[in-house]
Amino acid sequence: MSFAWLLRRLLLMIYTVAIVCVLVFAITQALPADAAQTLLGENASPEALAAVRTRLGLDDPVWLQFVHWVARAVSGNFGVSMRTGLPVAPEMLTALSRSLLLAAGSLALTLLVAVPMGMFAALRQGRVADTATSVIAYLGVSLPEFVTATVLALLLTDIVPWLPATGYVSPLENIGLALRHLALPVLTVSVILVAHVMRMMRSETLDVLQSDYVRAARLKGLPERTVLVRHVMRNALLPVITIVALDVGYLLGGIIVIEEIFAIPGIGRALMIAITTRDLPSIQAGAMIMATTYAITNTLADVVYALLDRRIRYD
Amino acid sequence: MTELLQRMIRKPQGVIGLTLLVALAILCLLGPWLAPYGPEKMDFLGRFRAPGWQNWLGADQFGRDVLSRLLSGARATVPMALAATLAGSAIGAVIGIGSAYLGGKSDEAIMRTNDAVMAIPGLLMALLLVSTLGNGAGNAVVAIALAFAPGMARVTRSVALAVRNQDYVKAAVARGEAAAHVIFREMLPNVMGPIIIEATIRVSFAVMLFATLSFLGLGAQPPASEWGLMVADARQYMHRAPWILIAPSAAIALSAIAFNLVGDALRDALNPRDDR
Repeated sequence: MSFAWLLRRLLLMIYTVAIVCVLVFAITQALPADAAQTLLGENASPEALAAVRTRLGLDDPVWLQFVHWVARAVSGNFGVSMRTGLPVAPEMLTALSRSLLLAAGSLALTLLVAVPMGMFAALRQGRVADTATSVIAYLGVSLPEFVTATVLALLLTDIVPWLPATGYVSPLENIGLALRHLALPVLTVSVILVAHVMRMMRSETLDVLQSDYVRAARLKGLPERTVLVRHVMRNALLPVITIVALDVGYLLGGIIVIEEIFAIPGIGRALMIAITTRDLPSIQAGAMIMATTYAITNTLADVVYALLDRRIRYD
Repeated sequence: MTELLQRMIRKPQGVIGLTLLVALAILCLLGPWLAPYGPEKMDFLGRFRAPGWQNWLGADQFGRDVLSRLLSGARATVPMALAATLAGSAIGAVIGIGSAYLGGKSDEAIMRTNDAVMAIPGLLMALLLVSTLGNGAGNAVVAIALAFAPGMARVTRSVALAVRNQDYVKAAVARGEAAAHVIFREMLPNVMGPIIIEATIRVSFAVMLFATLSFLGLGAQPPASEWGLMVADARQYMHRAPWILIAPSAAIALSAIAFNLVGDALRDALNPRDDR
């Protein structure tokens, strides 16, 4: 990994965020909502409306509004929520931290389950266990999140009565209750991710199993366990990292639905509320934060991948 | 064509996928005529009736027959997903081939911008677009199509790059053919295979995305019997009458699985070397 490559990758990330800025601003500009009207209500006098428009800079040309907006956004100021009157950015970042908790839990559970499952399926290639796992994987990717979530809630809240169906408790307040509230959402997200990661792990393991170094390790007389863990798993995991990073993008989208269903006050739900109430600053902040998070994870994944795999030379 | 079909049904996955797809097509075409009742016919004596001989899949909170709603809802769900995928693929294909045709710096610029647009998660993009365009099934289709376009552009471009270097394309450029001619008449026909495979698999995402938008109240509007909307309605009664919830969920899942299986079978059939 050369310095020039790293620099190029960072520039690419910045370019990505810049494009997202343009898109988000363009889309919210086109929203059929008059910010001044939303702020003052239906019965506002024309003079008051005009005053607010001047104050918010709504009469400026669009490009000037864009420049102002970007300048403020870069310093972390996305304006004031039209719904609550509070600054948007801190609220959204708090929401993001709750979402990240959910995402991290789901990723951890996914890797714990999917990696062994994928390897197992590959070792049993073509047999019943392999077929069974691929059927499960197929179901996982073919069910939309809202279906998985509702069906899991239907099944589990009946069987496990102490599992709350909705709501959120901060782990700083009560760790036990927090985990209980997170159980169902984490499980739902994981069901979908496991399907994806497992399929990838299976096909990578199959590739590695046919490689010369695995045959050499076996011929050397290494115990099967050592071969599988030290040689097969290590090498098969590498491409899976990239897939997991790409799944983070999916995760951020899927989290909107999951948070809506389980009533978790994360960034997805905040964004849904912003969209239904046409709260422009909140929509802009939410969309920007989500897309930026994704751009950062993608860059990190590329860097980690390059660090782990010394064979890759990017120039 | 028949040879392709034969190859696709060599594996059980292909057979299942094609069977499901044909069944789905019949539902979309004949659904309302196959339904035992009207989709909005209420029966207050039969509220929450469990599945039985009167209502095969049970009745919902207004006593409406779930099976009938499901059957007439097929055409409110599947064709929408198809339309969105078709439009998205078309836009993506033109961007992808165009980028490969231009090559060099323009290709680099177009693809970097395309990657940047892809950094917005699909559902988020669709949500933003729907919030601009307004709620409704038609706008949801447009939003999904636009959200799909960058992904399709990337897939198309990677195939089109190889085609761009073929002699017949170089010859066409050397003849001085117009860009549109080279893109649509020379390059497009030769990248159709991978586009069709990718698009087929994407229909399953479109089905899910469309149902999700309706579920969130941004796509199809009540009293439509769109499947995602049916799930949303059924949620509050899920402990009392789980069948109202399970029937549309299963319908969404089966349609998504159908397109997924057919897409995979198509890929296997068109790549005879890959046996995995």
